[in-house]
Amino acid sequence: MTNAVKNLTHGRELIAFRIGDQEFCVNIMSVREIRGWTPATAMPHAPGHVLGVINLRGVVLPIVDLSQRLGMAPAEPTVRHVIIVAQVGAKVVGLLVDAVSDILTVVDENIQPTPNIASEIEKVCARGILAIEGRMICLIDLDALFPDIESEAA
Amino acid sequence: MDMNEIKEIFFQECEEQLAELEGGLLRLNDGDRDPETVNAVFRAVHSIKGGAGAFGLDDLVSFAHVFETTLECVRSNRLEPSPDVLKVMLKSADVLADLTNAARDGGSVDAERSRALIGELEALARGEVETLARVEAPVAETPASPAPDAGTAIETPAPSSGNNEGFQPIPFSFDDFGDEPALETADEASCVPTCEILFRPRSDLYAKGNEATLLLRDLSRLGDMSIHCDMDSLPPLEEMNPEEAYFSWRISVATDRGEDAVRSVFEFAEWDCDLEVRTVKDEPLATDGGDPDEAPMQPVPFDLSILDDDQGPSIVETESPAVAAVNAAETATAVSQAAAAASRNTAAATAANAQGAAAQTIRVDLDRVDRLINLVGELVINQAMLSQSVVENDSNGVSSINMGLEELQQLTREIQDSVMAIRAQPVKPVFQRMSRIVREIADVTGKSVRLITEGENTEVDKTVIDKLAEPLTHMIRNAVDHGLESPEKREAAGKNPEGTVRLTAKHRSGRIVIELADDGAGINRERVRQKAIDNDLITADQNLSDEEVDNLIFHAGFSTADKISDISGRGVGMDVVKRSIQALGGRISISSKPGHGSVFTMSLPLTLAVLDGMVVTVAGQTLVVPLTAIVETLQPEAAAIHSFGAAQRLISIRNSFCPLVDVGKILNFRASQANPVEGVALLVESEGGGQRALMVDAIQGQRQVVIKSLEANYSHVPGIAAATILGDGRVALILDVDAVVAASRGQSLKPEISLAATG
Amino acid sequence: MKKKVLTVDDSRTIRNMLLVTLNNAGFETIQAEDGIEGLEVLENTRPDVIVTDINMPRLDGFGFIEGVRRNEKYRAIPILVLTTESDAEKKNRARQAGATGWIVKPFDPTKLIDAIERVTA
Repeated sequence: MTNAVKNLTHGRELIAFRIGDQEFCVNIMSVREIRGWTPATAMPHAPGHVLGVINLRGVVLPIVDLSQRLGMAPAEPTVRHVIIVAQVGAKVVGLLVDAVSDILTVVDENIQPTPNIASEIEKVCARGILAIEGRMICLIDLDALFPDIESEAA
Repeated sequence: MDMNEIKEIFFQECEEQLAELEGGLLRLNDGDRDPETVNAVFRAVHSIKGGAGAFGLDDLVSFAHVFETTLECVRSNRLEPSPDVLKVMLKSADVLADLTNAARDGGSVDAERSRALIGELEALARGEVETLARVEAPVAETPASPAPDAGTAIETPAPSSGNNEGFQPIPFSFDDFGDEPALETADEASCVPTCEILFRPRSDLYAKGNEATLLLRDLSRLGDMSIHCDMDSLPPLEEMNPEEAYFSWRISVATDRGEDAVRSVFEFAEWDCDLEVRTVKDEPLATDGGDPDEAPMQPVPFDLSILDDDQGPSIVETESPAVAAVNAAETATAVSQAAAAASRNTAAATAANAQGAAAQTIRVDLDRVDRLINLVGELVINQAMLSQSVVENDSNGVSSINMGLEELQQLTREIQDSVMAIRAQPVKPVFQRMSRIVREIADVTGKSVRLITEGENTEVDKTVIDKLAEPLTHMIRNAVDHGLESPEKREAAGKNPEGTVRLTAKHRSGRIVIELADDGAGINRERVRQKAIDNDLITADQNLSDEEVDNLIFHAGFSTADKISDISGRGVGMDVVKRSIQALGGRISISSKPGHGSVFTMSLPLTLAVLDGMVVTVAGQTLVVPLTAIVETLQPEAAAIHSFGAAQRLISIRNSFCPLVDVGKILNFRASQANPVEGVALLVESEGGGQRALMVDAIQGQRQVVIKSLEANYSHVPGIAAATILGDGRVALILDVDAVVAASRGQSLKPEISLAATG
Repeated sequence: MKKKVLTVDDSRTIRNMLLVTLNNAGFETIQAEDGIEGLEVLENTRPDVIVTDINMPRLDGFGFIEGVRRNEKYRAIPILVLTTESDAEKKNRARQAGATGWIVKPFDPTKLIDAIERVTA
């Protein structure tokens, strides 16, 4: 009870998901919905991590392979993959991940700084690391992940 | 609603009134002498002036005032709306529009020009006054001064106000006061002066909705009041006319606010009563000079309680003559109302029916309409998806579901059409703007031009209208500046020195066609050809048809004017016009007859929300190519394909060679060129008049698609104009034909586009 | 009880200004866009006072006032004329047509309310 109250007042909720054998999380406030993978329409001259666009109830939604965006191996999307529909700046983007694993409530004290050994991209995008029940979860800053979108929206 | 919102409404209204004004003036110019046209023109200016006054827009008010005064002369048939007069008025309408814009956006106007026009307008009005003075002398003088009365805050009802001079000298009749001097200046003594008032209403006072009781009430607010009602003229009941006024009052009010304050109480009534006001020192009002037998007047306090909603007890209890009088006055009114009810006059109702009801309109936020359009777009897509999945799952195809679906499809289409119709607007406002452009450029070039517009009620999507103004303005300028000859040349050629520019709009097969025709000299093909050779657009020995030469003017940077004038502008030529028309999904062409003029024909989609497209397959992807861009489709034969240089291929079509563009390759969908023989070629017309054959793998069919933005959540994609959603629920990209063709000239799509994006 | 005012004016701007002013002053306001509509409105409702413009399409203020005064049912309603006219002729014509009083545009809210108060009980 005390814990719950504490979490409600001080904590923030995060959505954790898996890409390969790693776990990441983003602020739940920026997540609009989670849906299954549907084939995307490829776009010419798009960067590799942009898989294309899909129809989300009449809205043309770009799909980003988060794995590739984070510098890991390109995903090979299957029906088991999920798309996290997230708000980034004024735009809405679909993030392709392997699976959603958890919804976490954490307080700022739970978040540790990103270690120095992290790669360039992680330094830019990672807001910190969470240690929960022996798992390591990397907190991602979506705005930093798509700086172009952010600047266009501004 | 606050004042800012009302101001916004005012400016919207101004736009409508300005359009009305210009339209009316142009009709007058065409010889229309319908009084209602003049009235409408007058009302438009009057209305702008009225609103502008409310917002303290003094410049607008003063100009409108002078304009209105001159229009009033026309309205009262004292000034003939000759072409010269109308020329001044049309210019004045332009200045009024400028002043309105300046008032809204804070810009400045050409003060010199508006001053000059004020002078011209005043001269017109003055001329009228002079001629008038000879004919019928004593008519109220038309104010020729630019100083606006309406602009000076609020007019006070004080009789001394200059504006009221015209109706001040009302003769009073003072019969009842006998030989008393009419007005007597008050002795400037101490203590509160007393005003003595004789007030004898005539029946007109009641007929015009004034009430003696209310006037007495207002009077009582000035100070302590005593009142005497004279009922002597009240006839016996059987002779009483309920419409007549039988009472008069003698009132004395102790007030230090002077006679003016007293008179102002009677401001609305003084026409319909005998009124005498004079100030005495604090002495009681002398009795009516004459008859000593008359009962001495008993000053009584004026009881206002009868004016309360719940009248009753207070009246019954008071027996004073004043109250009785007031009461009687009330009764008289009531009687007159009751008596009148018997013979009901139906004139009003008849008038109402005769005129018929005006078209009912409501104002709706554009956002709301757009939301509706979006939703209907979704409906169309969903319906298509549903149909497709039913067809896929139902092989026998005769189920009731299919019939229901067909109905649904029809309904959806109808809903879509109706919704699109909401955004549809007549091209009138744009056409009207053009008449001003013509006037201005005619002035600058010293040419005499007549603009004729036809089909201005043709409707098209608002977005198209908004984007039409710019290219049209440019074309009109071109037509007058380059198309029409000078009056001297025209006369020498046996033409009317006044040139004609004709702007026409009409619907043709689901599109709007706008034609701009001038009766000028036509395209000087020799010069165009020479210029094209000079600019390396063609080679000197190249054989071109007349049509091809004419179309050279659409090439970038092409300008046929010997000297570059301010009007057509440097470097902004017909290529820009063509590009903006194409950006709207439209096409433009020219046909010209030497000595007889040129005709530009534009064909535009009726809406930018949907598009007729050809659905094609390219490297496993589904793309939509706008139908407007496609001239024809052909199945290439191996013999028609010719390699040219390192990677270029040409296709021969009826003895001419057309570059072949592999869409799949240029969009990076595949690394190497596909075999043209296995695909289909779409012959497209692109910017600059050149044709290209776009290679696609297969054609799936034609259909109307709902246009979706890619930029909303992503960004601009080179070579792609927009996206749409097809019946299978998947996103398909709409090809930007011009960008693809442009890229085929260079080496790749990307650098050119990104360059364009940053520039 | 709220007093009911009928305003007749073809200008949307003025209509809105009247509406705001009158509503703020606690009047119930009915609006018509021209004389014809004004007479139509009167068929179904009885205002305590009418405020009308002069220059209007279809049926102008003079015609409207005459129409009101001709109709036995509502001819006793006070009518105030909104006018920008500075020339006497117009005002006199309005009076001849049967106007009770006038308000000079651009009106000041206080003057408007004042004028209405003057002609209504």
